[in-house]
Amino acid sequence: MAILEVEDLKVYFPIKAGIFNRTVDHIKAVDSVSFSIEEGKTYGLVGESGSGKTTTGRGIIGLENITAGKILFDGVDITDKKSKTKDIRRDMQMIFQDPYSSLNPRKRVFDIIAEPLRNYESLSKLEEKKQVQELLQLVGLSPESILKYPHEFSGGQRQRIGIARAIALKPKLIIADEPVSALDVSVQAQVLNFMQDIQKELGLTYLFISHDLGIVKHMCDDIAIMYKGRYVEQGTKHDIFNNPQHIYTKRLVSAIPDINPRNREKQFRFRRDVQKEYDESYDDYFDDKGLAYGLQPISDTHLVALPERG
Amino acid sequence: MSNKLLELKNLKTSFQIGDEYYAAVDDVTLTVNKNEVLGIVGESGSGKSALAFSVMGLHTRAKIEGNILFNGKDIANITPQELNRLRGDELAMIFQDPLTALNPLMEIGDQIAETLILHNQNMSQKARKERVIELLNMVGIPRPEYVYEQFPHELSGGMRQRVVIAIAIANQPELLIADEPTTALDVTIQAQILDLIRKLKNDMHSGVILITHDLGVVAEMADRIAVMYAGQIVEVADVHTLFENPKHPYTRSLLNSVPADGQDKLHVIQGIVPALQNLPREGCRFSERIPWIDATHHEVNPVLHEVTPGHFVRCTCHKHFYFPDKTKEAELHGNSRS
Amino acid sequence: MWKFIVRRLLITFPQIILLSVLIFLMAQAMPGDALTGVIDPNVSLEEKEELRERLGLNAPWHEKYADWVGGIVQGDFGQSFRFKMPVTELLEQRLMNSFWLSLMTLLFTYLMAIPLGIISGRYNDTLLDSSITGYTYLGFATPLFIFALVMLWVFGYQLGWFPTSGSVTPGLEPGSMEYVISKFNHLLLPALSMALIQTVSTVQYLRSEIVDTKQKEFVITARAKGASESRVYNKHIFRNSLLPIAAFFGYEISFLISGTIFVEKIFGYPGMGLLFLESILLRDYSVVNAVVLIFGVAAILGALLSDIILSIVDPRIRIK
Repeated sequence: MAILEVEDLKVYFPIKAGIFNRTVDHIKAVDSVSFSIEEGKTYGLVGESGSGKTTTGRGIIGLENITAGKILFDGVDITDKKSKTKDIRRDMQMIFQDPYSSLNPRKRVFDIIAEPLRNYESLSKLEEKKQVQELLQLVGLSPESILKYPHEFSGGQRQRIGIARAIALKPKLIIADEPVSALDVSVQAQVLNFMQDIQKELGLTYLFISHDLGIVKHMCDDIAIMYKGRYVEQGTKHDIFNNPQHIYTKRLVSAIPDINPRNREKQFRFRRDVQKEYDESYDDYFDDKGLAYGLQPISDTHLVALPERG
Repeated sequence: MSNKLLELKNLKTSFQIGDEYYAAVDDVTLTVNKNEVLGIVGESGSGKSALAFSVMGLHTRAKIEGNILFNGKDIANITPQELNRLRGDELAMIFQDPLTALNPLMEIGDQIAETLILHNQNMSQKARKERVIELLNMVGIPRPEYVYEQFPHELSGGMRQRVVIAIAIANQPELLIADEPTTALDVTIQAQILDLIRKLKNDMHSGVILITHDLGVVAEMADRIAVMYAGQIVEVADVHTLFENPKHPYTRSLLNSVPADGQDKLHVIQGIVPALQNLPREGCRFSERIPWIDATHHEVNPVLHEVTPGHFVRCTCHKHFYFPDKTKEAELHGNSRS
Repeated sequence: MWKFIVRRLLITFPQIILLSVLIFLMAQAMPGDALTGVIDPNVSLEEKEELRERLGLNAPWHEKYADWVGGIVQGDFGQSFRFKMPVTELLEQRLMNSFWLSLMTLLFTYLMAIPLGIISGRYNDTLLDSSITGYTYLGFATPLFIFALVMLWVFGYQLGWFPTSGSVTPGLEPGSMEYVISKFNHLLLPALSMALIQTVSTVQYLRSEIVDTKQKEFVITARAKGASESRVYNKHIFRNSLLPIAAFFGYEISFLISGTIFVEKIFGYPGMGLLFLESILLRDYSVVNAVVLIFGVAAILGALLSDIILSIVDPRIRIK
């Protein structure tokens, strides 16, 4: 069953100009995006800066005003901000990119993690402390560290504090916005493993937003590629990596450095070929505004943005 | 004539914290040859950027010991005037963040021209402008005459990084140091910038030091790789040897922590990189992160051993290393594949 | 840039109108009116009432306001009750005096602030910097009126280097060389007193700008190009740090206004500040209104000036 369904989501930002600062146009940060995520799966949203991937995540959780579209969470329409009742909000949490700025430096770890508990559950002081300590243990931090401040932790530990806060209320869906891009390689591994572990343990569903195709490949079941606010391709991991159809997807895949130095020449050639194809067939993949077309199914799981045929 | 462009001999760069000096780069000996890309890989806190800044003489408050031989001449403690003659001319650097590396209030053209002015006063204004346009063309900036008069904030991140590169190559440096040149960029832009650096290196036959945390980037770019941990070089080898037959536990751990095909679980290195003040100064610095390896397998004073010609590994612990989640046999067996 | 300036100007007009309404309403709320105390106490209440009616003093406030503003636009601020002369005439001389005092103060302020701020910022955390920072803390802590009194006592009365009151020695012919020198001489001490205190905020601001800019990455880029330290400072750090200071200039005007009120009183310098105090004490409301309005407009125009300067010097705003 789909836990999250997004239909035709649009998030536009006004462009103000002129002497009277009137709205002259809109930046279509998210332009008609539709997808659904099955419970327990990890859905990857990939794109470069300015693609609208982060705005999509923020729009779903209510951090951004939605211009149009519909969001169903667990079958309930939560599009209207007012209807995003507390109960739904507790089932959907977010992990932010930067573990250095997303935790309030003046709050102790205890208060950071207890905050959602205090908002949604009335626990006694003792129960609250017990829960926070359990959460800390779950994310692999010592329960004694509840009285410390964020700056006393390393980047990876901070990100785990952020995760502890996000899972405090046992949510069903976690929107993870570039959760490891500010971290070192080895710390990245730690956080990714941990996210997989708690997914199994708590039956979580992830909307995993990232620019790093390597990590997305490792983490996700289904993947969507975004470009300038629109989807260019969506499919299973296999569809996207082994059978990319859209030229933009191909460009992204070809740009990833290959970790095997013996493949250098092959990779360069691949990149050159894709670039050539991109230059030659640009008009087949993008409309006159340089935007992607609507999605066309090419298999049960695989959708590609192509002009309508015939 | 020697092929060696840069030789670091026992380089030690220390910073004062409180009353004590702590070495961020500790006893580094390393060579960069002409027309070669040396990749330096390490995580934050490994000292790789401190090393680059030492070579460029950009540390304002650091104690530098040891030798930095550039074309055979020691530049570790030369006068500021001598240093300024080298910097921007024979020695140049590309920085990590193109959004902050350019002066926001200066026109792009003037920022590039400054490097030319500083090293060639005789150049006429006209010739200088022509050269700047030529450089902008070389780094692939469209409409260079127009961009000449633009300000940094009018350009995208990728374009700004091209400007930073144009500044660095303006006087055809012999040694180009690129400190995480693509970390702040999108992956398609990264591919273009790396391609550009590779092309420029081939044209100018410069030596390049490429500093990065991204193993994929060095796999694609480097001829040789040095892996740094906690201020020291733990392994040096040519790119194929390093990726196919890594020895040092840190190198192997690092390679296993990157997502790769068919990998179920990523390897996690225990513990954290210690802060500069807390670095273990004696024994194998990596030992506390592989506690399951018997202490007797570490050297008391670990040095770089040449295991095969050109392949150096620090400490003897690599001979006994295995990953804790696999048996020693399986690991040794797995390691013999190529 | 032009769009920005025009938009900024458009904001300024409502600001000024709002200010004038506020001033007018406050004046209305004060007890008494133009007739209070002017008329022979023997005149009967009925006659007074009739007089009020004829002078329009009983009209609703918005009519009176329109009347007042209409006058101002034509340069008529009304009559001063106490000086028995048109406010405009009264203001003219005072305004010029205050203008020269402010200009001189600004000049001294920047003459001190720029070198001190640059030295302090470049050599931060040295003994030199500590002594300059020490001075700025003293400056922040010293009330202007006490400092001005001390200056007056020491340099005016004890040492006798400067005149102790007025704006010019009486009896000199306006326009003559002596007259100009005397004017200048009268300006020096009050301007210097004010500048010595006022400069500290600019010194501090410039210092922190420089310390901030020093750590920017483009400075490292400049060093990597092979630029000498002096070039790095002159071409990159100072230039970039002075721009926000230039923008701060307009706001200095508001500080100047509050400063002149004290300083003119202490030095008996016949400017707007002194007039302001005198007319309050004498309940000369039409003068108070006019002075407050001029001060307010000056402050608003100062802020406008700041924004315009910033838009000219900073390309990030200029382009938009």
